[in-house]
Amino acid sequence: MSSTPEQAAAPLPEEVKPPAWLEVLRRFVQGDLASLRVFVVLAVIWAIFQIENSHFLTAQNLTNLFLQITAVGLISVGVVYVLLLGEIDLSVGAVSGLAAAIMAVLNVKHGWSPYTAIAAGVVAGLVIGLVQGFFFTQFGIPSFVVTLAGLLVWQGALLKVLGSTGTVNVTDGKITGLANHFYSDTIGWIVAAIVIAIYAGGTLLAWRRRVTAGLADQQLAGPIIRIVLAAAAAIAAIAVVNNDRGLPLAVLILLAFVGGMEYVATRTRFGRHVFAVGGNAEAARRAGIRINAMRITVFGIAGTMAAIGGILAASRLLAVNQNSGGSDLLLLAIAGPVIAGTSLFGGRGSVWTALLGALVIGSISNGMDLLALESSVKFMVTGGVLLAAVIIDALARRQRQAAGRV
Amino acid sequence: MNSSTPLLALRGVSKRFGAVQALDGVDFEVAAGEVVGLVGDNGAGKSTLVKTISGIYSPDAGEFFFDGQPVSIGGPTDAAVLGIATVYQDLALCDNLDVVANLFLGHEEVAAGPAGLTRQLDEIEMEHRSEELLSNLAVTIPSLRNEVGTLSGGQRQQVAVARSLLGEPKVVLLDEPTAALGVAQTAQVLALIRRLRERGLGVLVISHNLADVFEVTDRIFVLRLGRRAASFATASANQDDVVAAITGARERAATGGNGTGGAR
Repeated sequence: MSSTPEQAAAPLPEEVKPPAWLEVLRRFVQGDLASLRVFVVLAVIWAIFQIENSHFLTAQNLTNLFLQITAVGLISVGVVYVLLLGEIDLSVGAVSGLAAAIMAVLNVKHGWSPYTAIAAGVVAGLVIGLVQGFFFTQFGIPSFVVTLAGLLVWQGALLKVLGSTGTVNVTDGKITGLANHFYSDTIGWIVAAIVIAIYAGGTLLAWRRRVTAGLADQQLAGPIIRIVLAAAAAIAAIAVVNNDRGLPLAVLILLAFVGGMEYVATRTRFGRHVFAVGGNAEAARRAGIRINAMRITVFGIAGTMAAIGGILAASRLLAVNQNSGGSDLLLLAIAGPVIAGTSLFGGRGSVWTALLGALVIGSISNGMDLLALESSVKFMVTGGVLLAAVIIDALARRQRQAAGRV
Repeated sequence: MNSSTPLLALRGVSKRFGAVQALDGVDFEVAAGEVVGLVGDNGAGKSTLVKTISGIYSPDAGEFFFDGQPVSIGGPTDAAVLGIATVYQDLALCDNLDVVANLFLGHEEVAAGPAGLTRQLDEIEMEHRSEELLSNLAVTIPSLRNEVGTLSGGQRQQVAVARSLLGEPKVVLLDEPTAALGVAQTAQVLALIRRLRERGLGVLVISHNLADVFEVTDRIFVLRLGRRAASFATASANQDDVVAAITGARERAATGGNGTGGAR
């Protein structure tokens, strides 16, 4: 017994804290600072395209870029949740197309009001997600296979819903307004002020509560730096869009969902349990978490977000056709979060960095369009970027495992 | 140790899997503030006994008494309600979550969120209680916000044990708590077991490591072929006797009379 104090004290001298910059580098390599990594990648991409084409970093093109990523960004929000569980949903592209088609047909051919038509499309996405989650959990089929089957089924359903014409043009002002409405400069600044106030208030309040409670990590520098960076980003973004047509409603919708779902992921019991199931499903089960109910719910979220993204895409395109939700939409929606550091192995990632990932992918696509590159090159470059991102994820995982168990 | 009224007592517990009689009329008891070592060879029924106590298996025959009252344990929830906590060998921790999140997994504290619209995690309260719990147990962990995956094996074991205490249990079952740990880490875990005893908990430790068992337990309970082979007071037992009971040399000495080694 008498030896216990020495044994407890013995390891302490060895644990000399490494210098701060080394700690940052270590976390960078191990993927903890994935968001910082994405910022670096984004800066490099923007620099390259700006050098190649001086039109890239103009207000007009950046506003276009923001609009281009809204649909895929919304789909990615749902994909992040599925990835956090360590699963995958290959049907989100097809579901987005089908939900948009249901909305368009109900509105245009059956005369439903835009609101009920949009609600019907979203509910369709939710139900599809829940059904896929049900098959995945009840029959123990890998989510990969269930959603691959779903991809085919929902593509078929899309053709069926669209009928013989194959294209439904959306003309209702309420629906097209989703992607084509811009707010005035004043409202843009008000939105920026509100966002900054909420973020700064929340961060400082949390910091103050920690100090009052006498808990560790009380430096004010971290929160202040984050608030300044967030405020700078918000002000810069509004300045850019106001220089063009103004703050788009679509971007506001995207930001609202990203903020809301980030909150759910990081601040609620449900979100905590999503991370737990992705990290160690058996541990989560033993802790009393109903993991199958969690999984079904998460697939429901993915279906819902896919539907919302599909509706935004239809609004932007002013139509739903047989290609809606097809092409590379699915892969881009999955690639975005992965590029931004959400692990394919589950348990690691965040919703808001998926926005950064969407920005990276959107920038590559947008920039190559500006340079008038052929589709062949675009596909290959995007594929290469995705592969690089997954390799970085795998390497970061290996680093963690090497460093994890001392 | 006052073991006049055992906290948990099993009388004549049997469990059969097909042709295998895993437990055969086992009597077992653990008192408050007592550490009992459960030892036995592979297949002696140690795991079956622990899983029966923790409600994962339901016994074919036998009675349970908790605080002297007859009780029935129909599942893990019943055991938890009675105050029986189990720490399995694989620990069941989420490596991607921090220490606080693991301690409270499945039992997170929540408080009203912004404008009372949502129920959000009360991280402050959870971190406070974690700090309190771990300091009471004298468990030292670099930071409560470190991911559990970055901790050492001994620290992970201590987190797993600490987690089992959040439900305020009366009996804690530890399955091979020192397996695969180094010398210093084993010492940390054994010290933690002693602190559980100081808190008045009944502790059941399964271990293959007799040195650890002798160091930390008050009583050693030997299972052999599903039966209670022997029960020793640790202070007056010696290692040869325990090994003889585990291997059955003692039985052969008693019945056949041809074995001289081990049994006194």
